Amino acid sequence: MGYDDDLREFEPVIGLETHVELGTASKMFCGCATEFGAEPNTQTCPVCLGLPGSLPVVNEKAIESTIRIGLALHCDIAVWCRFARKNYFYPDMPKNFQTSQYDEPLCTDGYLDVLVEGEVVRIPIERVHLEEDTGKTLHVGGATGRIHGASHSLVDYNRAGIPLVEIVTKPVVGTGARPAEVAKAYVAELRDVLRGLGVSDVKMEQGSLRCDVNVSLNRPGEEWGTRSETKNVNSLRSVERAVRSEVERQAELLRRGERVVQETRHFHEDTGHSTPGRSKEEATDYRYFPEPDLVPVAPDPAWVKELQAALPEAPSLRRARMTAELGLSDLDSQAMVNAGVLDLVLATVAAGAPAAEARNWWLGQLAQAANSAGVDAADLAIAPEDVARVVALVAEGALTATLAKQVVDGVLAGEGSPDEVVAARGLAVVSDESALTAAVDEAIVGNPDVAEKVRGGKVAAAGALVGAVMKATRGQADAAAVRRIVLERLGVTED
Amino acid sequence: MPEITREEVAHLARLARLALDDAELDRLAGQLDVILGAVAQIAEVTDAADVPPTSHAVPLENVTRPDVVVPSLPRDKVLAGAPAAEDGRFRVPRILGEEA
Amino acid sequence: MSDLTRLTAAETAAAIRDRSTSAVEVAQAHLDRIARVDGQVHAFLHVDAEGALAQAKRVDAGELTGPLAGVPLALKDVLTMEGVPTTCGSRILEGWRPPYDATVTRRLKEAGVVILGKTNMDEFAMGSSTEHSAYGPTSNPWDLTRIPGGSGGGSSAALASYQAPLAIGTDTGGSIRQPASVTGTVGVKPTYGGVSRYGLVAFSSSLDQAGPCARTVLDAALLHEVIAGHDPRDSTSIDAPVPPVVEAAQARDLAGLRVGVVTELSGEGYEPGVQARFDEAVQLLRDLGATVTEVSCPHFVYALPAYYLIAPSEASSNLARFDAVRYGLRVGDDGERSLEEVMALTRDIGFGPEVKRRIILGTYALSSGYYDAYYGQAQKVRTLITRDFQRAWESVDVLVAPTCPTVAFPLGAKLEDPLAMYRQDVASIPANLYGGPAASFPAGLSEGLPVGLQVMAPTLRDDLLYRVGAAFEQACPAPVPSLDWES
Repeated sequence: MGYDDDLREFEPVIGLETHVELGTASKMFCGCATEFGAEPNTQTCPVCLGLPGSLPVVNEKAIESTIRIGLALHCDIAVWCRFARKNYFYPDMPKNFQTSQYDEPLCTDGYLDVLVEGEVVRIPIERVHLEEDTGKTLHVGGATGRIHGASHSLVDYNRAGIPLVEIVTKPVVGTGARPAEVAKAYVAELRDVLRGLGVSDVKMEQGSLRCDVNVSLNRPGEEWGTRSETKNVNSLRSVERAVRSEVERQAELLRRGERVVQETRHFHEDTGHSTPGRSKEEATDYRYFPEPDLVPVAPDPAWVKELQAALPEAPSLRRARMTAELGLSDLDSQAMVNAGVLDLVLATVAAGAPAAEARNWWLGQLAQAANSAGVDAADLAIAPEDVARVVALVAEGALTATLAKQVVDGVLAGEGSPDEVVAARGLAVVSDESALTAAVDEAIVGNPDVAEKVRGGKVAAAGALVGAVMKATRGQADAAAVRRIVLERLGVTED
Repeated sequence: MPEITREEVAHLARLARLALDDAELDRLAGQLDVILGAVAQIAEVTDAADVPPTSHAVPLENVTRPDVVVPSLPRDKVLAGAPAAEDGRFRVPRILGEEA
Repeated sequence: MSDLTRLTAAETAAAIRDRSTSAVEVAQAHLDRIARVDGQVHAFLHVDAEGALAQAKRVDAGELTGPLAGVPLALKDVLTMEGVPTTCGSRILEGWRPPYDATVTRRLKEAGVVILGKTNMDEFAMGSSTEHSAYGPTSNPWDLTRIPGGSGGGSSAALASYQAPLAIGTDTGGSIRQPASVTGTVGVKPTYGGVSRYGLVAFSSSLDQAGPCARTVLDAALLHEVIAGHDPRDSTSIDAPVPPVVEAAQARDLAGLRVGVVTELSGEGYEPGVQARFDEAVQLLRDLGATVTEVSCPHFVYALPAYYLIAPSEASSNLARFDAVRYGLRVGDDGERSLEEVMALTRDIGFGPEVKRRIILGTYALSSGYYDAYYGQAQKVRTLITRDFQRAWESVDVLVAPTCPTVAFPLGAKLEDPLAMYRQDVASIPANLYGGPAASFPAGLSEGLPVGLQVMAPTLRDDLLYRVGAAFEQACPAPVPSLDWES
């Protein structure tokens, strides 16, 4: 039975937990830098190492960013809340507790509207809270760098203590046949919102945006089923695939009369499926209690109002406004969102390209390139400014459409800016009269029969000579000019 | 009178990552039973029902620091007390459990 | 110069300032005394002769000045000191040299105080006798067969045996005051948040406070002013001026002061000699001009159970970081065992029985299903105790009680009965739960052993403690131990 059949027989309930690494300059509770990619353990101090005697002090920017995220998601902002300790042991956690929030999160009860196949789906948000990230563990000696079979592990605490915002949806019901699409649209839209707020660089492949996907199935009319949690979902595509794979897996179990076990599963990019991790039957008792080393956070209502007023335009509104201004259709707009390129298109327009051209590039060659490389379009080596430049070069006749594609390939391959690629690969349209004339004369000499036909009045045959010149110039000749020169040289006029 | 069984103590020891041997388990279970008996008195305080809990002795709020980078500890100091280190990282024996 | 080790801190500082002696001479005199007598007292876990003399030289060179410049001090081994072994009385931190100074340590250094070394304590500050140190107990200089109190027995013993004129202790349930009481010295627990906890290895975060210990009230006040004050590294530290404790320590009368005797902190469980000295102390306060009334604080009887739920709970979490990964002890890493096994083995071997007891107790009190009845309930009782204090302040300025129900008991006497040990804190705990300042002042002897008078004040009124203590000290000078064991 297939996925679609699964969703005819069962109703899915999905939930998404997203962790966002804030782009603050310093860590959540100390002044260590948060730069990505530094040498191991060079961005640590007594506080983020959890040395005996160390104490945390809250980063005010992290509070502000979390509140802004909550406001953008239409949440209520707590009048008073606290941090709590989540106690468990793991070597990437220096204190063996995580300072987080438990029953008093900073933001609650919001929503995010997302567009799925033309319809607005409202995703209810349960809470947005603030916590600290863990260090990174490298497992050595095992086959795939995973834990199983490793002989030992190495820990780097540079990431420990970086502020993390956790956004949790309420269970999302009624997604019918499209739970995967809804999940993906939610994460894509959420990413847009976060990017617009400027609170994080939200790069899924760098781990600054992480998703856990929860899925359960039930037969219509029955109670919700047992849910599984899938972690290590590191791209939009994986979000979709993770939902699909869980629906299929659970449907099969349920059809066989078996039980779905409440568990945490680990998603594998390469297979598109997940494998079971820790069983959640014996759930860890985190023994939450209010963090005694920190004092309550009571955001000033006047300040929250200011933050609300200063929020950037919601991406959905901006999209609607801009697509209207640019004359793009809703379908276009949706296609661009789904491909994750709307902002790129808008940026390309801002860099000077006409909307239609921008859209064609990003939905065409660039979307394809992103797909085959398995990355988000935003992470391609080509920037909106580059695309705008290519469009401009075509408009001024310096590039043909074919040449433009090669230039774009060059930029994607990391060969440099469009102008650099043009120069390095010698891709400029040849429009120099004497060069073209020389090429035409060569073609005439090389194709005497065709030349005779043209002289004899069969103007259409000139096409073959134009073709020969194009071939000789590797497509870089200005075709219209070539045709003109062929006719001139043969002493023929166009009717 | 609350009773804490040997099994409960063993479970708590696992949660707290303490490898207690049988003798210790027995001794601790006995002692904790007595101690819990004494502290269970706390349940008698009926007028605590409508009272908010105190988690902080002093009524401070909103203590924060600006988002400014400050020099970190030099790595050699970070690793100085490490039981084992490799490639600038802390080295630990093989881990059984999954990350949370 | 007659015996430099018999001077008070104030006298020492003055003598250095007026050049009748030098900081180096003073430091050396104390280091010599430690070498001579500490073999029998065992107050110190680590003596930093090199560091102490280097600091003393800087004072003599005029690089460091202040009211306590050049005065030697013993630092409880629960506070970090960069490059110097900090064990917290535990095997699990044996040999650990912190890469940073506690704020208290830094302030002491900046004030020119000469830190002689780190003193013995009950492991991770859990205890009332210093017998739970992994490095052996400390003896009470009044009687070497008896305990010096705990958890800060090393600091108080160092004072009482004249190995240092100043010491720093920490107080979570009475660990500064009870040792002061049983050694006849002065010990003050400041208002919670009054002294930075940055670098104070945490036992119970919402209760821990570092504080000054000395042989005289003025000395304690001078030390209080050096270490107290807001610290941006400690989110729970109070951003307000340090109460005028030195000024208060120079007061001489108690006219107009309203003193409340806590009804619930007397009677059964208090040794007759302790009760008698206390009653006499109260009379003395009257003679000094104070009005004395009885005040009932009905929820104080629940302070002990509340504390023995809150403190172990926070401790179970605070001590989780000792996991054989980043510092400290690691045992059993034979290449076969998993990290989880190595961790559990290390913690079992590295922690002593009292610490393990409290970790299990705390884990239980926080665990799902038990939180509301235990930790949650205890925090509510804490609110009730706070209200008792607040109600008391409507009619009195300070509250008094014996510091501790007994005098120093023999080593080993209470080791088999944890509850009996816990009851040492019955009078001192309420102030920790409330967060207000409290102190113990020498109040005579019972059967040849010191008894302490405890004074408690409203939050941020640490000065009231010193006012009472100074006046009392003048009228009832602290007894001096014979130290006849000194050979």
